[in-house]
Amino acid sequence: MNHYEAVFILNPVLSDDQVKETVKKFEDYLTSQGSEIISTEYWGLKKLAYTIQNKQSGFYNLIDFNAPNTVVNAFETELKRDERIMRYLNVKLDKYADAWSIKRRERNNKKT
Amino acid sequence: MSSIEQVGKSGNQGEIRYLTPLDIATKNGKKYCMFKRSGIKYLDYKDPDFLLRFINEQGKILPRRLTGTSLKYQRKVSIAVKRARHLALLPYQADMLK
Repeated sequence: MNHYEAVFILNPVLSDDQVKETVKKFEDYLTSQGSEIISTEYWGLKKLAYTIQNKQSGFYNLIDFNAPNTVVNAFETELKRDERIMRYLNVKLDKYADAWSIKRRERNNKKT
Repeated sequence: MSSIEQVGKSGNQGEIRYLTPLDIATKNGKKYCMFKRSGIKYLDYKDPDFLLRFINEQGKILPRRLTGTSLKYQRKVSIAVKRARHLALLPYQADMLK
């Protein structure tokens, strides 16, 4: 099991329900593959630094998860197949990043 | 006026003298690696405001000789900036970023 982090940008045309549904779909996919989700973050509609598919903004989402190393490749193809996703990034977290993600989560929990 | 005459008399004509000293960067503080000094171990690509310190107005990554970052952390800086660019948190090319 490794600690991974996935950030993806969803198409800004989608409604709130569609956004939630899409995120849920990928969460379900991950859990069905035997990985556990640590946390999810929804950053909301953010302006992009440059245009992607002629869009100026997008919904940012972050999923933090523990997964066996076989899952990630399949997960990436799944992300690639979905038209609602404009951009994604999967990162494996090393021990320093791990510590930082815990710290960051605590800080976010305090805020809300 | 008297000072100019004095200069002329003292025979320092070969040297250029300015009435007001030129404001050339004379900062002598030694550069240091801020990661080593403040004990930061990981650079987060999700935080573009922090990464702004390591790029110039055009969005290019600043060299180590200007920022003073050590090689170990310069690599992490470059990775983090490139990841942030991929996610459109930072621009690939820009103008007047700061």
